[in-house]
Amino acid sequence: MPWWLPAGIALALVTAVVGGALLALGLAAPGLALGDNLADAYLWRVVWFTVLQATLSTLISVTLAIPVARALARRRFPGRGLLLRLFALSLVIPTIVAIFGIVAVHGRTGWLNDGLALLGLDRLHYLYGLTGILIGHAFFNMPFVARILLQALEAVPPETWRVASQFGLKSRDLFRLIEWPALRTVLPGAAGLVFMLCFTSFAVVLTLGGGPKATTLEVAVYQALRFDFDLGRAVTLALVQLLLCGAIVLALLRLAVPSTTALTEGRFYERPDSGGRRGLAVDAAVIVFAVLLVVLPLVAVAVAGFNAQAPGVLARAALWRAVGQSLVIALSAGVLALALGAAILLTSRSLRHRLGRPGAAGRLELAASLILVVPPFVLATGLFVLLRQVADVFALGMPLVILVNALMALPFVVRFLGGPMMEEAQRHDRLCQSLGITGWQRLRLIEWPGLRRPVALALAVAATLSLGDLGVIALFGSQDFATLPLLLYQAMGGFRMGEAAVIAALLSLLCLVLFLVIEGGLGGLRRRTDG
Amino acid sequence: MADAPMLAVERLSFRYEDMQMVFDLTLARGHCLALLGPSGAGKSTLLSLIAGFERPLGGRVLIGGADVTGWTPADRPVTSLFQEHNLFAHLNAEENVGLGLDPGLRLDARQRRVVAEELARVGLAGLEKRRPAQLSGGQRQRVALARSLVREKPLLLLDEPFSALDPGLRLEMLDLVRQLQAERGLTVVMVSHNPQDALRIAGQTAFIHDGRVLAAGPTRQLLAAREPAALRAFLGPEPG
Repeated sequence: MPWWLPAGIALALVTAVVGGALLALGLAAPGLALGDNLADAYLWRVVWFTVLQATLSTLISVTLAIPVARALARRRFPGRGLLLRLFALSLVIPTIVAIFGIVAVHGRTGWLNDGLALLGLDRLHYLYGLTGILIGHAFFNMPFVARILLQALEAVPPETWRVASQFGLKSRDLFRLIEWPALRTVLPGAAGLVFMLCFTSFAVVLTLGGGPKATTLEVAVYQALRFDFDLGRAVTLALVQLLLCGAIVLALLRLAVPSTTALTEGRFYERPDSGGRRGLAVDAAVIVFAVLLVVLPLVAVAVAGFNAQAPGVLARAALWRAVGQSLVIALSAGVLALALGAAILLTSRSLRHRLGRPGAAGRLELAASLILVVPPFVLATGLFVLLRQVADVFALGMPLVILVNALMALPFVVRFLGGPMMEEAQRHDRLCQSLGITGWQRLRLIEWPGLRRPVALALAVAATLSLGDLGVIALFGSQDFATLPLLLYQAMGGFRMGEAAVIAALLSLLCLVLFLVIEGGLGGLRRRTDG
Repeated sequence: MADAPMLAVERLSFRYEDMQMVFDLTLARGHCLALLGPSGAGKSTLLSLIAGFERPLGGRVLIGGADVTGWTPADRPVTSLFQEHNLFAHLNAEENVGLGLDPGLRLDARQRRVVAEELARVGLAGLEKRRPAQLSGGQRQRVALARSLVREKPLLLLDEPFSALDPGLRLEMLDLVRQLQAERGLTVVMVSHNPQDALRIAGQTAFIHDGRVLAAGPTRQLLAAREPAALRAFLGPEPG
């Protein structure tokens, strides 16, 4: 098999879907007035708000994540492991479930306002609008960035701390000389990803934005398609998002600093700055704040789920039909995303290890991530317009949701599988070449035993993301075709909060079970470390 | 082609970052050649070019008289021993050796007997079912050596496979290679940065410096002559 074939097929499919969808929409729009739409003040208001909220969200997430990661790196306290696990959860917890939790904590009748009322103070209406969007984005992205930064800090060779203790460096010097350079290697990439996620964020803005003033490009595309069926405007908005967000992310990635792999004896040395009363106070405050921001909404979901309406809601046939449809979508999209991601990584691995072109390999992996800047609604609608002439309209919903969800999960597969696949090749590629172990035999004997855990993790993440996704289903959902996230959104929209709480709890539970079953079942139990 | 040298490297060129390399070498059948030189000189690159892991910009590699320049690593009549990662961690010693006979690991009774015999030959009888993590560093390299033997390739390439071992163990392994070479009539090319290794097992030595073969000849003469200057600098001041 030539080295370019796997990624060639995968990218051809992705390009065909994206290009075909845009083209179909553009052609279908009666007199596509790109110029008129671009001259529209509404569009530029939306662009301004999108950039504003994404910039603020990224700044807040990163600024909070730095002290949180630092505190986690230099303190050991009870519950630290649990907190890190909950941080990891924020990546896969369904957006709409977390939003329910945020409303339960920050809403007008939420926990914080209940607290204020107990103290005899007035209730505050701060949730809906820009504030709500920022809280939502900080909830999802601060833990994500903090974990990346913590990894970078923990990768600092322990010997560095030994040298630092010897010279008696102060906390401030440690940050400037050791921690900041370590963080700089990962910060641009992390910030770029967060910016992209916030720029194209849909569910948070739709539910917490609270009105037409707080509309982003992604939501505007959805509204143009769902309520106005204005294809021309949808295409214009999508193109603006594609160009603008793509350009900003590429610019951010240019700031990236290549990391240097350091030699280490692998011993542990105490960090010299663990003491100090003021440092302790700052770290404690930071951790408490992180717990309030991230953990409280999760607790709210768990607590609210047990309410009097549970038996009634759980007895509905529509709910269980949605469970079934959600699972079919999640598993199919997960497998498709895994196949596409693995194909791209096979080629990028050849580029890296056999052809000595790591730059080209990196660009290929980046190309797979850029799918995130394409609004999924544009893909889905474009394909719908394209295919409705040849297929039954009602049969199209499910496959389209699966395809679009798979594309949206692709960057995560590349991220989770990329590192292990490159490492595997670094260890075994020459050995396999020299022994003539190729193709199916290599997959069966060498790759699968070494990669089944990361493969299972990547599939688990992709499937769980898809299970909890409130995206194109909002466009195609109907009486007969619904997923749990859609039912939850509809219940929240109708202010049936008791019902919403039950669905949120059920959806969380389902995500957790699906994740653990795939990760444990496919990945196998953790073996004894075989070195 | 009994007269053809076992290995001939002709104007073989390669480029790594800013370094231009051009190599010329010949080695007769049944001999052992040490590639000696400082780190970064291109010793391992030359070995990779001979094994087929890297593609040269120009020139030829002939093995047993056949031009193998365009061949894949598995098709070349060579077998390689690396410094590390010679074994698959999830397979036991027997399976790791068996891969040398069949890359799909479907072995018949005769092949399994061969595997057991070669493991015994390198001193690992009874350890067939151990995984690499349950073996010492020296034992792991013995497994890899057993696999090289079952492949029955005439040219054995060693890329500093013993340099991480303790001095006594290293000499033991070198002696084992020398015995096996004599028994099986192997031709051996060994990369090393230690003149003692060359003296121990290699009749021939080529001194590699800055992407070129600066000097080549019988090991004793070459090391005694201490010429050119780069070789003198590499060897360091004479003792006493």
